[in-house]
Amino acid sequence: MYTFSNRLRIGSFIAMALGAILLVIGFVSAPSTVEEAKAMVAVHEEGHGGGHAEAAVESQGEEQGHGAQASHEEGHDASHDTHLLHQLQNRPWSALYVAAFFFFMISLGVLAFYAIQRAAQAGWSPLLFRVMEGITGYLVPGGIIVFVILVLSSLHMNHLFVWMDADTVAHDELLQGKSGYLSTTFFLIRAALFLGGWIFYREYSRKLSLAQDASDDNSNFVKNFRWSAGFLVFYLVTESMMSWDWIMSLDPHWFSTLFGWYVFASMFVSGITVIAMVTIYLKSRGYLENVNNSHIHDLAKFMFGISIFWTYLWFSQFMLIWYADIPEEVTYYIARFQDYKLPFFGMLVMNFVFPLLVLMNSDYKRVNWFVVMAGIVVLAGHYLDIFNMVMPATVGDQWYIGLPEIGGVLFFGGLFVFWVFTTLTKAPLQPKRNPFIEESKHFHY
Amino acid sequence: MASKVIQALYNDDDVLMHAVKKVRAEHHHIEEVYTPFPVHGLDKAMGLAGTRIAITSFMYGCLGLTVAIVMMNYIMIKDWPQDIGGKPSFSYLENMPAFVPIMFELTVFFAAHLMVITFYLRSRMWPFKKAENPDKRTTDDHFLMEIGVHDNEKELADLLWETGAVEVKVTEKEF
Repeated sequence: MYTFSNRLRIGSFIAMALGAILLVIGFVSAPSTVEEAKAMVAVHEEGHGGGHAEAAVESQGEEQGHGAQASHEEGHDASHDTHLLHQLQNRPWSALYVAAFFFFMISLGVLAFYAIQRAAQAGWSPLLFRVMEGITGYLVPGGIIVFVILVLSSLHMNHLFVWMDADTVAHDELLQGKSGYLSTTFFLIRAALFLGGWIFYREYSRKLSLAQDASDDNSNFVKNFRWSAGFLVFYLVTESMMSWDWIMSLDPHWFSTLFGWYVFASMFVSGITVIAMVTIYLKSRGYLENVNNSHIHDLAKFMFGISIFWTYLWFSQFMLIWYADIPEEVTYYIARFQDYKLPFFGMLVMNFVFPLLVLMNSDYKRVNWFVVMAGIVVLAGHYLDIFNMVMPATVGDQWYIGLPEIGGVLFFGGLFVFWVFTTLTKAPLQPKRNPFIEESKHFHY
Repeated sequence: MASKVIQALYNDDDVLMHAVKKVRAEHHHIEEVYTPFPVHGLDKAMGLAGTRIAITSFMYGCLGLTVAIVMMNYIMIKDWPQDIGGKPSFSYLENMPAFVPIMFELTVFFAAHLMVITFYLRSRMWPFKKAENPDKRTTDDHFLMEIGVHDNEKELADLLWETGAVEVKVTEKEF
């Protein structure tokens, strides 16, 4: 049995408290009137010495056509001011949402990996099943938090999803055309359905996994195999729709067909990275005595391969849109090229070039600190990936990685660590009667 | 390299593995082992150095990437920067996404093919090469270990019989 180390528990509490404080500061310091918003931008500009931000705001407003397209002629200035106010008000909300989704997607990615390992009857991974189950334990609180944020959005507590604003939709024919799918009730029902399905599989599979330890035949294992295969079908459909709903609909004028896969690759590689890091941590503390460096090698291979898969999807989406240069699609990337140069290209280096060079060597994949270091960079890179998906649509060029963003990461990171390691204490770290456990113990590559 | 060698035949890979370990423990130099299929762990048991072919492959890949970049930069940007459907051919970077498929494929092409050719050269394989097989049965179901003889024929033969060989013979090496 694993006992939660006190230092880690206190660390997670400190991170949560600090993160909560930073988030509150972020919410409190968000402007509530147009005048305040303008003053904030003016102060910001003085510091940077140039009127470029104003010009960028203008082009941003025109490109994305977020609010008030009809009022463009009569009240140019006024509409831009409201737009700016909404962007600044969105910032703490977006910071909260990006961090909440990021940690939620890690546990969902791990759940997909876990289901694949079960459905594929992998011989190497059963030793790591309890680690994976521990990480997917965060699915329940994380999923509920994301759902609550979505509910708050549909209650007009923020302006994250433009299509939820009836006034905007009334002046926007494109959004009217999509209103059959993008309606708040249907949106929340879908979200509840997705989360319900994922959480149900997680809890049921965990129950079967623990029951298998105590039983004297393999019926629980076989049942788990069937449920995992079924879950993968459900997951494939719902994950894709979830990415349209929760992320792509932030830019409701834009669409991309491989977006679901792209988000999947991001969550899958982050999930595998976290499995590797938690495994290395537990191993270094003396738990998981049967895990050897071949298991780490396999996880690192997955990190390497899925990083490249992510890049492949990123590039496929980008290059198709860049090449055809259709105005209605290409605005998505223009916004990111103009205002998000550093996070946009920095993420490519962190998610592709770095793991490519660091994890290519077979020997390095067995070295714990190499895997952890690559893992930290990959996780930061995929946080930036979600940041790049959400922020341009909600805060535009008013982005900054400051207090609310760091606060969001600290809060959800702390909650994630606390929940995952608490779940790990609840069951023995090594499954007893898994039919593949012997093979997994002697796994050697 | 001794011109006179002793050859022991085995009919099981497990027996072979144990024999290799035993012969090595007795400090005899194994000249060669012939097997009909890859025996997992045999290279470790024989103490062979790891292959460096992956490193050559990485370097060939870098070469391929360079060839692609230099070629596309010369043709599309330097030599005749035409406007083809509005693509920006002012600098390599501006038009880079269009070249990535070529860069990728040439990297893989160079890495794969040059590595295979390296493998052929290094293991001396080519068409019409005379097969170096001391015993036909080693291509089917027998394993053969070959040790150089240095006036210790009797001692070696005893050792090999002890390791479970089904046949031990001393021959002049012809290649």
